[in-house]
Amino acid sequence: MTIKEIQDSIVEEFSMFDDWMDRYVMLIEMGKECPIIDPQYRNDNYLINGCQSRVWLHAELKDGKIYFTADSDAVITKGIINLLIKVFSGQTPADILAADMSFLDEIGLKEHLSPTRSNGLLSMVKQMMLYAEIMNK
Amino acid sequence: MNHFDVNDIRKQFPVLDQLVYGKPLVYFDNAATTQKPLCVIERERDYYLHENCNIHRGVHYLSQMATEAYENARKTVAQFVNARQPQEIVFTRGTTESLNLLATSLGQLLVNQGDKVVVSAMEHHSNMVPWQQMIQAKKGELLVIRMDKKGVLDLNHYEELLKQKPKIVSITHISNTLGTVNPVKEMVAMAHKYDIPVIIDGAQSMAHQVIDVQDLDCDFYVFSGHKMYAPMGIGGLYGKMEWLEKMPPYQFGGEMVDTVSFEKTTFNKVPFKFEAGTPNVGAALGLETAVKFIQSFDRQEVEAYEDELLRYAIEGLSSVEGMRFIGEAPKRNGLVSFVIDGIHPYDLGTIIDKMGVAVRTGHHCAEPVMTFFGIPGTVRASFAMYNTKEEIDIFVKAVEKAANMLR
Repeated sequence: MTIKEIQDSIVEEFSMFDDWMDRYVMLIEMGKECPIIDPQYRNDNYLINGCQSRVWLHAELKDGKIYFTADSDAVITKGIINLLIKVFSGQTPADILAADMSFLDEIGLKEHLSPTRSNGLLSMVKQMMLYAEIMNK
Repeated sequence: MNHFDVNDIRKQFPVLDQLVYGKPLVYFDNAATTQKPLCVIERERDYYLHENCNIHRGVHYLSQMATEAYENARKTVAQFVNARQPQEIVFTRGTTESLNLLATSLGQLLVNQGDKVVVSAMEHHSNMVPWQQMIQAKKGELLVIRMDKKGVLDLNHYEELLKQKPKIVSITHISNTLGTVNPVKEMVAMAHKYDIPVIIDGAQSMAHQVIDVQDLDCDFYVFSGHKMYAPMGIGGLYGKMEWLEKMPPYQFGGEMVDTVSFEKTTFNKVPFKFEAGTPNVGAALGLETAVKFIQSFDRQEVEAYEDELLRYAIEGLSSVEGMRFIGEAPKRNGLVSFVIDGIHPYDLGTIIDKMGVAVRTGHHCAEPVMTFFGIPGTVRASFAMYNTKEEIDIFVKAVEKAANMLR
């Protein structure tokens, strides 16, 4: 699937819920399904700054595509990083760099998460873009 | 004296009467800042509507009135903490500024190269970092009073540290993370045996306990207005006159000077020597009103009510599976801090926020305390006189529901 197709399906999934509790239940589920980072990378070098809870992110280039793994000590944060992983993992660096991130507004993530958490979310996106930039060369 | 009726009190705090995410707001973040009663809001508004003026210098009517009001506020605060004279109260922006003032000014007076200063293991960053920075610049040593796993300071260790002849002791009255009420009167007496002055951080105590600086015999007592129903941007420092007179100024500029030439400046009297620049007059008047608001109740009745809230919250939370209280000192006040096995405090705080409950999560500006307990942070619920048992019921149910979602 293309990035756009994946984003659309996530937006559709989220729009099924009116209640914020249900959306959080979904994020928590996503957190539990997150592809976990290899323990050797779960260190300060892979830590993303700007999140109140700790998030580690690793990226690997295979056959021209980037595969992300991550972990966090908070499950909601892990849900958010996994949501981004679902969108970006298995895509080419060029496609990731060209991606439109407005779907975050559509599912209300940016708008409804607390400012600190929201900054964390933006830091996560920024870090993924940074990996894509490096691997695009 | 007003009879204490929580429903009447709540009417004076309009901010409490609102829905967040469609749920009634339960405000349990009072240790961060309390809400303000109407009388305080109106006092500050009135000042800007009718009295606004720069103080201490004007010959005109408004300036004289504002000066008088500001100095009356000082008197009210002095009486509130039982200072010997109003001049022993210096207005600051709050606890943090008061402590920075002391670290700089008292530090300059007393601390030489290689000297030591004592703080405790449960300090807020504001009562640790200023001392740490000052002492590092002087190649000295910061001595830290140990605590046990219940969050009680080790007074034997404290005695050992005093024998090392530190120049200053600075300790919190009530821990903002653990709720521990420290035996400050005893700790002051212990330090005085060695002729060491003691500063008490009263940020968490002023709203909840009767403070008598003469009875405590502390050399300094510092506090924030906004944690005791007053506006933000105002707070204070009580200091014994003999210290305030000896201490050099903290900041320089207008208001704090006596005579000025390009060759030499002489400084104003205490407390003006420590109040450089235009003070926050409106907030000082708000603080005075907040003090009078607190004084309008039987303090023992309020204290008993707040204790009951705390006991009720602890009892309710105890039934939650995996509950671990952080801070279990026998004498606690105003707040309860906890973690739940396998659940990150941030996740819990995020979910219960959606249920209308406002608590604090994280390290509460006391990272060394979190390191000591080996946790990333806690969930902290802190109470004020306008909170109710019904709100605690909502809170405990929210915690249970969130914990079930997150497990």
